Amino acid sequence: MTDSMAKLLKVGSLLLLLVLALLFPFIAGNSTYVTIAIFAFGFAAAATGWNVFSGYTGYIALGHAAYYGIGGYTLAILCQHWHIAGGWIPFLLVPLAGLVAAVFSVPLGAIALRTRRHTFVVVTIATFFILQLMSYNLRGLTNGSSGIDFPLITDWGINIPGISFADFYVLPFYYVALALTLVALAVSWFVRNSKFGLGLLAIRDDEDRALGLGVRTGPSKLFAFVISAFFAGAAGALLSYYIGGVQPTFTFDALFDVAIALMVFFGGIGTLAGPILGALVLESVQKYSATVFTQGGGGVYLIIYGALFLVVVLLLPQGVIPSLSILWNKYVLRRIEPTDAAEDTSAGTPGAGPVGDRLPRVNEGASA
Amino acid sequence: MSLILDAVITGILTGGVYALMASGLTLVFGVMDIINIAQGALVILGAYLSFVLQQQFHLDLFLGLVITLPAMFILGVIIYVLFIRPLKHDRTMLSILVTFAIALIIEGVLTIVFHTNTRQIQSPYVTQSFQIGDFYLSYIYVFGFLLSAVLLGALYLLLYRTKFGQGLRASMQNRTAAELIGINVDRVSAYTFGIGVALAAAGGMAFGATTAFVPGSHYDLISRLLAIIVFAGMGSLGGALIAAEAMLIVENVTAVVWSPVWSSTVFFVLLVAILILRPQGLLGKLEGRKQ
Repeated sequence: MTDSMAKLLKVGSLLLLLVLALLFPFIAGNSTYVTIAIFAFGFAAAATGWNVFSGYTGYIALGHAAYYGIGGYTLAILCQHWHIAGGWIPFLLVPLAGLVAAVFSVPLGAIALRTRRHTFVVVTIATFFILQLMSYNLRGLTNGSSGIDFPLITDWGINIPGISFADFYVLPFYYVALALTLVALAVSWFVRNSKFGLGLLAIRDDEDRALGLGVRTGPSKLFAFVISAFFAGAAGALLSYYIGGVQPTFTFDALFDVAIALMVFFGGIGTLAGPILGALVLESVQKYSATVFTQGGGGVYLIIYGALFLVVVLLLPQGVIPSLSILWNKYVLRRIEPTDAAEDTSAGTPGAGPVGDRLPRVNEGASA
Repeated sequence: MSLILDAVITGILTGGVYALMASGLTLVFGVMDIINIAQGALVILGAYLSFVLQQQFHLDLFLGLVITLPAMFILGVIIYVLFIRPLKHDRTMLSILVTFAIALIIEGVLTIVFHTNTRQIQSPYVTQSFQIGDFYLSYIYVFGFLLSAVLLGALYLLLYRTKFGQGLRASMQNRTAAELIGINVDRVSAYTFGIGVALAAAGGMAFGATTAFVPGSHYDLISRLLAIIVFAGMGSLGGALIAAEAMLIVENVTAVVWSPVWSSTVFFVLLVAILILRPQGLLGKLEGRKQ
């Protein structure tokens, strides 16, 4: 297989995936499956954004539910104050909700990024709880624990013969979620291939050395943090609009913090496709199991989630995509040059050496 | 004025219980460099255990600790051996995720067994009270505080007067050097994790008797405990004591002079303020370059 052929194959299969994603609602045929896909893509966008910060810099942020919540609340409050009717206009405000979340993340991120490692994780968790408290307590703005409802959508203004309103209802949400994921993926790709992204990876490998080499670590980290907050906010706005309301308990959901980290770890942290794969698999499993295990007040579902998390972190610490691409490389090498295979694969094992050895790992994942 | 005095006294007494729970967390952090997010869930588990022993077997709350403390110690060692020890690289970050997963599993099991009804431990200590000056104080607050004082005192003796404690403090200062001089750091870590979890169980009994709880209460609890140890400076036991007292006093006084809904926000604002001024926390050491 020559290089150009491999490239063609790659572009072709990516295009095929895109066409499949575009046609999915018509293939699925059932609005229940489309609903699952809406959540899966909403989370895929948020996870991809999260990965731009946590995956590239190595700082694990466990408070992005705060920005998800800010996004949801922003859209709900805007719709209420501007008396926007249900329909297309709230979709146009989704990026604005993401921007508001991004604006909030500037001071919050700046404070959190004064610390490192575990203290950073703890501070991000604390910001989440502060904002959840705010959503309970700032009653004038958020309506306290009863939350705010979005305007009902009674008509999309488009009638396609043969498709009922109930079936059509989910379509706009699906395509907006898909578009959001693609934008997040494009941003992630762009960052990954820019000098800025290289600086972030240097921070992950050795922050002090990166600073010594002239990477402006402070502004770089903050900018990546703001990008990730934007996508969490936009996803929050979109999914809250689909759910139909915001409420402190489930719009500011502590489980979101773990869910998004689990998705990225599952797919492969620091890779391009990993977060999307993780979100599509895990969110589908979650929504499906929520419909199957209805007893025990969600207890079974929590146990499954926790156990899955343990399995991924303990057995697949690199994530599915890097693990698969290592296996694939081994297989290819064994086919081409049986004698050199053992030597080459050991050099390609992630985490085997410092910066130089670890960089290709990300590329491998990106190409998968 | 007497209301404020009342709030300060309640704050001091409950602060002791929080100091107990936070000391387990900060001890584990100091020795192993990991944050046990499951500490909150383990406190709630301890509360449920005491609840069951009291409700089903009519065992005295403090007598029940004779059963729950060793049981939770063993559970802690098992968690360490099964889930913490296998983490080889990037242990600090992965341990946060692993312990979060353990917290979810504990919450799930508790939800299945006890459902999401609000519970509170009932006992003569809770219902009976005595009078000091103008106000009444329930016995459980005083006994909970005394329990915390006794256990923290025992912890102090263990750390500073025994050979195990010497090994533990050596592991806190420098893990590699401790290994080099022949301390079995792995065993010390396992026991430390067990002690941390056992302290959570003791705290859980006092917490469950003074506060109503559900399986999901651990989110709120762990956020407070994390705030306490970050405020204190991670790994500082003395700092955790001061921070826990400060937090509960500030909360109780805020609830009286302003409003109960803002009580925990004020402490979080203090936390942010101290992080801006002193990122390493009240008594924490500035983090050096760790490789």
